[in-house]
Amino acid sequence: MSIEYFLNSLYLIKPEIAVTIFLVLIVLLDLFFSKKNHLLPFFAFLGLLITGYFVIEQFDIKGLAFVTNDSRAMVTVDSFAAFFKTIVVITSLYFVLLTVNSKEMDETHDRRGEYYTLMMGMVLGMFFMISGSDLILLYLSVELVSLSSYVMAGFAKTSERSSEASLKYLIYGALSSGLMLFGISLVYGLTASTNLYELNALIVVSQANSFVLMFALLLIFAGIGYKISAVPFHFWTPDVYEGAPTPVTAYLSVASKAAGFALLIRFIKVSFVFDKDTLGFWSSNPVFNWQDFLIVISVATMTLGNFAALWQKNVKRMLAYSSIAHAGYLLTGLAVLSDTGLIAILVYFAIYLMMNIGAFLIVILIKNKTGSEELDNYDGLGFSMPFLGVSFTIFLISLTGLPPTAGFIGKLYLFMALVDAKMIVLAVIALLNSVVSLYYYIRILKHMFLAKPKENSPKEELSLQQILIVLSLVIPVIFFGLYFSPIVELAKNSILMLGF
Amino acid sequence: MMTIGLNHFLIVSGLLFCFGIFGMMTRKNAVMVLMGIELILNSANINFIAFAKYGNFGYHGQMIALFVIILAAAEAAIALAIVLNIYKNFATVNVDEVNNLKE
Repeated sequence: MSIEYFLNSLYLIKPEIAVTIFLVLIVLLDLFFSKKNHLLPFFAFLGLLITGYFVIEQFDIKGLAFVTNDSRAMVTVDSFAAFFKTIVVITSLYFVLLTVNSKEMDETHDRRGEYYTLMMGMVLGMFFMISGSDLILLYLSVELVSLSSYVMAGFAKTSERSSEASLKYLIYGALSSGLMLFGISLVYGLTASTNLYELNALIVVSQANSFVLMFALLLIFAGIGYKISAVPFHFWTPDVYEGAPTPVTAYLSVASKAAGFALLIRFIKVSFVFDKDTLGFWSSNPVFNWQDFLIVISVATMTLGNFAALWQKNVKRMLAYSSIAHAGYLLTGLAVLSDTGLIAILVYFAIYLMMNIGAFLIVILIKNKTGSEELDNYDGLGFSMPFLGVSFTIFLISLTGLPPTAGFIGKLYLFMALVDAKMIVLAVIALLNSVVSLYYYIRILKHMFLAKPKENSPKEELSLQQILIVLSLVIPVIFFGLYFSPIVELAKNSILMLGF
Repeated sequence: MMTIGLNHFLIVSGLLFCFGIFGMMTRKNAVMVLMGIELILNSANINFIAFAKYGNFGYHGQMIALFVIILAAAEAAIALAIVLNIYKNFATVNVDEVNNLKE
């Protein structure tokens, strides 16, 4: 490999390099200027903005980085990757804001340096999960994200709930990534390659033993399914989401789920799809029936998520089950195996980012005042905290998928993709699930607005910064519900993926 | 004399994989659970190296195994730190007793 070629590859991974530089700088600043570590959040924010600039630059670039002699590329740069990287960067920006405004994190302020280092590590891992095109690179980046998030989930060291969350996350995470690695080793044995582009051709040619191949793919799906909390691998989700500090929960529920989905989509589309008809439906390799498999997983995921959320008494735990349900909706979009389904997933993710981060933000701000996440302690908060109450209402209505909020547009595009593919039964199941979800979202509102306020309930005293952060999420949720063509256009331009 | 071939390695790695999963499912001590994880990772390592050697795939497999060994070390370090923190808060490392988050 010539040096020129290597430099060209470096040019393609500018965002990753920026993240790495800021990761190192944060460690150094924390080491040498530990007295001034209250400035680290600003610095991390700046680093993310610069990274975001490089990511947005990549929207029109397509290229393969680190190609070896036999044309195996390690990293793919295309607008699909740029879209998901943008989602990760925006979520990380909000993550910094959420952390700064959370009272829960006050006790950890002497360890800010570690916190933002871990965050940058996660961003780097997620970037490679999104754009990696070699199973080993993907496995390593999944582990980089997981190892950082185990520590983040237990970051409130003295809290029993937080440390229990990190232990559970660790055990389930290590098991599923171990399964994934074993699956990759079997794929390597069957095809002599770990590269996604090569797998596409090799799986047909090698006449691989289809039973072993199926087993290996199920094992690999275990690793990915754990990241997106799809149903048989979801056990960690409620406990970890409830126990972890709320900013971390919000981050896990959006950013690492986005990276997991990007990985799954790229894995299926690059390795198994070999053609696309004029309507945009993909014809996939018959060795593994992804469509039926994904339909089963998605129905199980959304049904379990929605029904288990019905009898939760803790708002964070309820939002955890709701995020499982949303993973189910997103999987239906992938099960269509078509371009319209992919557009629907991208639209849904952009909207899911705003409404889910927003819901967790309100939970944080309410906990700052009342010190609790239990549903019973939300009684009458709509009157003592009108601004937060109304904003929470908007986010919850959007999560349900009712107009005029953006959540409706996300669901609309998903259902349209399903109907387009004549998967009416699946569409009806998803619709009925949304109806079920209405019940538990509205229950929070019932507690906030219809229950009698407790005596001596705290006043709503928000700083200007907090009001602005809430507004920066509320306004887009309503705005994109009424005028959604920018998001849809962006998604349509972002489905371009290298390979089929 | 019997020559040792690919199948022997695959049997060993398959057994290690099953023991690893069995250990993770049944052991109550967190440290023993972590050892189960190590068994799973190493069974995959055996697979990679055996396939690379007997399939003449070049040195790709050995390289992957090196990466996995490093990763297993990093994972063990973080896992032990988390278990230590659990011991500080709960005064036990029994994973069944660390179960407050349940409805």
